[in-house]
Amino acid sequence: MTTPPSSPAASRASVTARAVITTEAAGGRTRLETLRSDPPLTLRQTGPGLVHLVSTGAGPLGGDRLELVIDVGPGTDLEVRSVASTLVLPGSSPGDSVMMVDARVGAGASLRFSPEPTVLAAGCSHRMAVRLSLAEDATVLWREEIVFGRHGERPGRCRTRFDATVAGWPLLRQELLIGDPAVDASPAVYGDARCVGSTLIAGPAWDAERDQKGERRATIGDGWATLPLAGPGVLASALAQDTVELRARLERAESMADVYATSWQEKTELAVPQRTPAVDAGP
Amino acid sequence: MRQDIGDGRGDGMRDKPTGDAALLLLADSRLPAGGHAHSGGAEEAVRLGTITGPEDLARFLRGRLATAGLVTAALAAAACELATATADHPAGPYGQADGDGNPPDAGTGAGTGADPAHPWRRLDAEADARTASPAQREASRVQGRLLLRTARRIWPSTVLDTLARAVPEGAHHPIALGAAAASAGCDPYQAAMAAAYISVTGPATAAVRLLGLDPVTVHRLLADLAPALNDAAHAACASLIDDVVPNGPAQNGAIQNGATHDGIAQNSAIQNGAPANGAAAKARGSGWPALPGHTAPALDLLAEGHLNNPMKLFVS
Repeated sequence: MTTPPSSPAASRASVTARAVITTEAAGGRTRLETLRSDPPLTLRQTGPGLVHLVSTGAGPLGGDRLELVIDVGPGTDLEVRSVASTLVLPGSSPGDSVMMVDARVGAGASLRFSPEPTVLAAGCSHRMAVRLSLAEDATVLWREEIVFGRHGERPGRCRTRFDATVAGWPLLRQELLIGDPAVDASPAVYGDARCVGSTLIAGPAWDAERDQKGERRATIGDGWATLPLAGPGVLASALAQDTVELRARLERAESMADVYATSWQEKTELAVPQRTPAVDAGP
Repeated sequence: MRQDIGDGRGDGMRDKPTGDAALLLLADSRLPAGGHAHSGGAEEAVRLGTITGPEDLARFLRGRLATAGLVTAALAAAACELATATADHPAGPYGQADGDGNPPDAGTGAGTGADPAHPWRRLDAEADARTASPAQREASRVQGRLLLRTARRIWPSTVLDTLARAVPEGAHHPIALGAAAASAGCDPYQAAMAAAYISVTGPATAAVRLLGLDPVTVHRLLADLAPALNDAAHAACASLIDDVVPNGPAQNGAIQNGATHDGIAQNSAIQNGAPANGAAAKARGSGWPALPGHTAPALDLLAEGHLNNPMKLFVS
């Protein structure tokens, strides 16, 4: 799937690459059963149950089609990070660059996916799709951070789609449009922010059974919110001017997820009505 | 005519000539269904100073339409289509639709005898999954409950009774709107149009009251949005048509259904097509997971902030 270079933006021909991570339980520990990757999407095991994405080449560039498959076997734990942020660039091909992630988390398994931000360079045209299928008692933390262009730059176009299901039932479906004139600078969508981030934290500790009126209240701060979902999970969401501020806000919102899990747990055990945390007025 | 609609068993509701007038009644702000009490985030945006005048308001409305407006339009169209199909076949094939996985209680029975409430719960769950903010879920359910109560008196039908029973805590507003639209004689395109329209007229009216803006200026903004409203309703229906394509976009929404959001979608099949036959109906229900899910992080923050503000004129 190569295309002859036709634009000065191209530093290489477009590629199709597929990387796979699968885990299995071996004597009570997590073993990486498969770790397969293609440049520019390279995977390295960096610890027990820990894999880093290492970008070995520019991009993704226009026309690239990258696919990551993650299968976390029952009872295993996996963490996926990246060594650096991803810079999405226009390429020689007129097509979009595409990044697809298909992740399954099995019974009693856990996955923590927290790569560095994706930066949308000027002129890029990018699509991202994540399908996250969770078993009923699987636990996940899935972080996504997007930066609207490099410093002082207007971003290219990007569309993302995120679909998370628990035992086949929908938990969270979200699409983001960036670089679209209808939503750019709309006070309803991103306002004056230059970065958007969200983290889905889901599992049995955030069971939907407790979604009673008035008990599943959100917590908000300056530019961030922790949103209890209708299903077993919470969404940490943040808007910010730069990546440092974004990460700080997102981590703040993520930390509330533990508070919710603990408070809901107590509520279930004691059956005493108790309010979830109120507004956090801090920065 | 009323009796035909009332028993919910008339064939081809969308062929009835009542659709246009019913659409006007349904989208009218004077419909006594409580919609006037909600600002769709505009009140909090005014309080925070992110909407100060017509220019800000125009950007707010355009962004709201492209996100929450499109999503509610698609859900309303899907609900209208489901209502129309199940009104014709009360125990139709929707009961066994399978989504993108295997919902715990799906897949039982071969259509006949399946609980007609089940597909409504599934569609309502699709609305839940697209509404991360609990304040917005609550506002949506409150409005849905009021609309359904009103609609059951104006356009009584078995479908509305089924929906009320299926989601006793109050169906999400776009689901109730789509079902009410079908009972009133609207087709899915008209249901989508009503949802898209309401998604911007509510906040616009609220902003007039909150900021003392010139109502004519604000209506000019709404008039400027007319092409975008058409596009949203078309895109909403296009996402339903994609559903009936076997092995369609249900697999990877954002990657494969690119045409959905380009505005010039073909909606002739929805507007002219007969209610789906069995095979198509099965495929259509299974396509709900791929319906648009455009999110607006700022609206989430505004909705939650509004909930915490004791001094307010609007419920949401």
